[in-house]
Amino acid sequence: MSTRAKRPIPIKSSKISGAEIIYRSLEREGVKYIFGHPGAILLTLLDLFLKRSQIRHILTRHEQCAAHMAEGYARASGTVGVCLVTSGPGATNLITGITDAYMDSIPIVCLTGQVSTAMVGNDAFQEADIVGMTRTVTKHSYLVKKTDDLPRVLQEAFYIARTGRPGPVLVDLPKDVILGEAAFEVPEEPDIRGYKPTTRGHPRQIERVAAAIAEAKQPILYVGGGAIHAEAHAELLKLAETADIPVTFTLLGAGSFPSAHELSLGMLGMHGTAYANYAVCECDLLLAVGARFDDRVTGKVSEFATRAKVVHIDIDPTAIGKNKQADIPVVGDARLVLHELNKLVKAQKRPLWRKRVEKLKADFPLLFDSQSSPIKPQEAILTLSQEAGDRAIITTEVGQHQMWAAQYYNFTFPRQFISSGGLGTMGFGFPAAIGAALARPEKLAIDIAGDGSFQMVMQELATAMQYGVPVKVFLLNNYSLGMVRQWQDLFMDRRFSEVGLEVSPDYVELRPAIRKMIETPGPFILDVVVDPDELVFPMVPAGAATKDMIVRDDRKRALSGKLSALPDN
Amino acid sequence: MRQIYSILVNNHPGVLSHVAGLFTRRGYNIESIAAGPTEDSEVTRISIVAFGEPHELEQIAKQLRKLYDVRDVQQVPYNRSVTRELLLATILAGPEKRGEVFQLATAFGANVVSISDESVTLEASGNDQKIRTLLKSFERYGIAQVARTGMIALPYTGMPSDWEPLA
Amino acid sequence: MEMTGAQIAIEELKAGGVEIAFGIPGGAIMPFYDDLLKANFKHILTRHEQGAAHMADGYARVSGKVAVVVATSGPGATNLITGLLTAQMDSVPLIAVTGQVATPMIGTDAFQEADIYGCSIPVTKYNWLVKDARQIQGVIREAIRVATTGRPGPVLVDIPKDIQTARTDYNPQAPAKGALPAVRQMPEADAKAIEKLMEALEQAERPVILAGAGIIKAGAAAELARFARHAKIPVINTLLGMGGFPGTDPLFLGMPGMHGTAYANFALCECDLLISLGARFDDRVTGKVSSFCPKAVIAHVDIDDAEIGKRVKTHIPVLGNVREVLHTLNRQVKPTERRAWLDQVEAWKRDYPLQYGWDGSIKPQYVIEQIQEITGGEGIYATGVGQHQMWAAQFLRFNEPRAFISSGGLGTMGYGLPASIGAKFGRPDKEVWLIDGDGSFAMTLVELATASMYNVPIRVAILNNAFLGMVRQWQELFFGKRYSHSHYPTNPDFAKIAEGYGVKGFSVRDVDQVRSVLEQAAEHDGPVVMDFHVNPEENVWPMVPAGAGNDEMQLAPPSPEDA
Repeated sequence: MSTRAKRPIPIKSSKISGAEIIYRSLEREGVKYIFGHPGAILLTLLDLFLKRSQIRHILTRHEQCAAHMAEGYARASGTVGVCLVTSGPGATNLITGITDAYMDSIPIVCLTGQVSTAMVGNDAFQEADIVGMTRTVTKHSYLVKKTDDLPRVLQEAFYIARTGRPGPVLVDLPKDVILGEAAFEVPEEPDIRGYKPTTRGHPRQIERVAAAIAEAKQPILYVGGGAIHAEAHAELLKLAETADIPVTFTLLGAGSFPSAHELSLGMLGMHGTAYANYAVCECDLLLAVGARFDDRVTGKVSEFATRAKVVHIDIDPTAIGKNKQADIPVVGDARLVLHELNKLVKAQKRPLWRKRVEKLKADFPLLFDSQSSPIKPQEAILTLSQEAGDRAIITTEVGQHQMWAAQYYNFTFPRQFISSGGLGTMGFGFPAAIGAALARPEKLAIDIAGDGSFQMVMQELATAMQYGVPVKVFLLNNYSLGMVRQWQDLFMDRRFSEVGLEVSPDYVELRPAIRKMIETPGPFILDVVVDPDELVFPMVPAGAATKDMIVRDDRKRALSGKLSALPDN
Repeated sequence: MRQIYSILVNNHPGVLSHVAGLFTRRGYNIESIAAGPTEDSEVTRISIVAFGEPHELEQIAKQLRKLYDVRDVQQVPYNRSVTRELLLATILAGPEKRGEVFQLATAFGANVVSISDESVTLEASGNDQKIRTLLKSFERYGIAQVARTGMIALPYTGMPSDWEPLA
Repeated sequence: MEMTGAQIAIEELKAGGVEIAFGIPGGAIMPFYDDLLKANFKHILTRHEQGAAHMADGYARVSGKVAVVVATSGPGATNLITGLLTAQMDSVPLIAVTGQVATPMIGTDAFQEADIYGCSIPVTKYNWLVKDARQIQGVIREAIRVATTGRPGPVLVDIPKDIQTARTDYNPQAPAKGALPAVRQMPEADAKAIEKLMEALEQAERPVILAGAGIIKAGAAAELARFARHAKIPVINTLLGMGGFPGTDPLFLGMPGMHGTAYANFALCECDLLISLGARFDDRVTGKVSSFCPKAVIAHVDIDDAEIGKRVKTHIPVLGNVREVLHTLNRQVKPTERRAWLDQVEAWKRDYPLQYGWDGSIKPQYVIEQIQEITGGEGIYATGVGQHQMWAAQFLRFNEPRAFISSGGLGTMGYGLPASIGAKFGRPDKEVWLIDGDGSFAMTLVELATASMYNVPIRVAILNNAFLGMVRQWQELFFGKRYSHSHYPTNPDFAKIAEGYGVKGFSVRDVDQVRSVLEQAAEHDGPVVMDFHVNPEENVWPMVPAGAGNDEMQLAPPSPEDA
């Protein structure tokens, strides 16, 4: 009865168990990995994972990390990530991961066990109203009430997660629904009333955009995570090169456009490059592609790109006009819209604007005091970028190191940079790297981490070990050396000899250590002791306008002036 | 068995989430829910029609009373309360059918609130039996859209003046 | 007097008797943290917000006092959810204060914004989003009152950053303005219902008391002991009721239900009167409801009206504070003999004791027995969730209330370590022991850093079987020994991890060392982790399979000869 289904299998009249339906639905959706933590309610389903081999179950140490691994998998592969946890605490432990996926529009499907339908509402053992809790942080949450609904619900869940503006979907599976039986019949494509995402932009609006580009003297492309979700990078490159438009990207947009391209301005916003922020201040046309004018990007929004006509291309109509009014809104899939736009845009050169931008770049470069001791974190990331280059997929935790990674790593392809943007979840990067490593085995998954973030989820080292996932942790350690030395001890002299750990307090040792990390098979922690006094610059103080950016580490001015009186948020 | 809960709650933005959340969390079946202000500006009345076994209905009332924002819960058996619902319905009827539609509307005490070349929009209020019958009567013309407020209710204070035995 | 919102919140927490906070700072809660420091408020910095919530929970369970948990907006707040629901399910008071993005930013998906108000509705007793600094005084007062009165529970107060810094007039003496109407006062227990209970008791030949956590929360342990001894009624304690009746008393029958003692389950099946005191007939206690106490008249005393009749049909409902009800009963109850029933119960205890085999490996039950011997039941004992939790409830004997803390309703793995740290802050005079499993421990082991940083002398005994043991047990019994994803072949060396955190670590593989390691740990001045490599094949017996009746209990594994 081992069914190896490539096509949907409409089994007429014969009924199969809920567990079997779940397994086959996952197969049908092309799921290869599922991240989870078991519990009594899921045992029937888990039994299938042992008997079959099409889908691999990765057992994690904490459910929060299962969600982040699924996110990492989804962010790296562009397909839906899946996690499976038990009821009660298993489900509630997912919430941070689900919220993280929601804020960054990441397609994941979370399957949670639930007590039997007859017990729901009785405060039964390990019961939690996970659907109620997650209503505002998922695209949709389902509580499946009968096995007959399972095939449809699961198909819809994957469909909703990956279409439109992607996002997390939760399916709560009561025990009796898993144990019950039903026919496994689903349509080719689900038909959900009230859910019909617009993908093709309105032709008239696209014409208006093309005209605006032709008229503009100083245009800028401002690219967000939506461009990556939509796989719009090729169209974006074409548009930028044809119409000669400089490109700046958000944290989540990093990788959508080659960082080293002559038209690239790097990241904008609170810790963006000074030249990107100044260029945005000066531009007369701002082309926002799959970006949402987040507060960390705009600063004081009333003073953001004040001279510019704003074009906003987004698949989510509610994102348009939410924080910043758009002069030309285009609702649609970024790739499809740019594809249509490219048909209309004519080749153009903008020597004056390009010269101005080059001058900004020359006058306000990213700066740090290189080759000093102790190692500067920026230096460490630059060196890593030179050594690992486009072999690597980079994940980060949250904090200073995250900003430096976005500033200094040379990104060359989409989905190369994976980071928690909207929610800013500490402890995200390491499990996400495990997910990314499984999604893209031909690449090298490197978590650029700070010691505080890494400690939150360190227990997942055991997961990396158990499944031999070759993740590298590039730890920019500015505080506790002793702790990590112990882990070195722990993983070096026992059976986990494949885990290496290097401690590099010195500049000259840095490059060889990075090479060793890259070349050693299996998990590896490289502990780089960096200068704890280093701060992230440039910086737009929260709530201030981008033009009031503090450009460089003029420590005296910073400490006596702006930094000591940071406004709200 | 159906029951109406007439619930007085503190009037603040989160209160509906708390009440509605209780029903979904505990798996109770809601048929309709309506909320609106009362004579006291700090108090909102929520009317909920729910169905279930008698012990379930009792449990619902107890759980409602536990909610912090709930000041009072009246459980009113469906047939001992005055219940009303407001309906707006757009009936597909061109000029030639209009007369019929008007007549039928009058029979239900419904008002015509808007007329176009293709349709007539009606407003009617009544208990749910009346509303159901009304909708059924207009079905043959075609109903383009319907909006209903959900049931509101108060217990009878004396003899019912609109007593209608329930089917 | 003019103060910031954060200052007012802190002043009100102090005035309400709150003495300690657990948490982690972050962007949106910085003003509160700043004022926390200025106010010299005791604060314990944790490594993960989930840990902070469990610490406050452990603190409250052992001390009866309420603590505050502080987290920043977004991930800080969402990381609290499991801890809040753990407290909610077990009726533990706790006040969570979360930062939120500034009010103009709410709803814009701002950086680290999460709708924690909406998310926390199902996991708290009540919650607030404060949108005006003038409301803070009233809200915090109300929060403390709601958390600690009636059936206790967690509350959450979400305070946007601009409200924390906004300045407003503060008069500590003022009756809080804008306070919401009072929670309904608990009615005095109905005298008629108590009378009915007395009558039932006089007629009963085989009565049993089922005592839950309500006994502990109401401070009713002394009244219970008096009642049971006077009327000669055997007492069963639920998992969370442990310590509510002395474990050494001859009338004590241990725990009921899925992994309860055989004699407790026999007594439930045979009794003709069940007096449930502050227990909620959880599914893990009753098994299949239709075969629960089939011969008994059921009396249910509870402070929460909604619990009465929720799962089990009650013949004599008594709504009220269990201490007051017992007090009334004690004035009326007459001494009784009940020889036949007590002899029967004694015979069951003699014939079906808790037991385990001995084969030279380290048996988890043995480790727990040794802890019991060394401490004499005088300590505070915390657990994680799983097999070890059941063994601890079976083999430890508690002398007093609030000595056993465990996640009962939600069954939260990872609860133990942070809860035991919180417990030590709640009862510094007591020795705190944690009996944990390797799966549970790994979930929150980062809090070892907290134990180390504050030198909290907890004694952690990990019963390490390299499995999610309870899952493994079910797979062995019901899934043909197919151990699907319950095995941890690459567990780290927990003793070395401990040492990495500056915590004393022992790794124990030899049964002869168990006793001496435990004794060394008991003497150690500071936190200790003992990693006991126990026999991974050990199962928890007796066992009532999920969904079966208590009369279908399996006593012990099939013996090797049968196999």
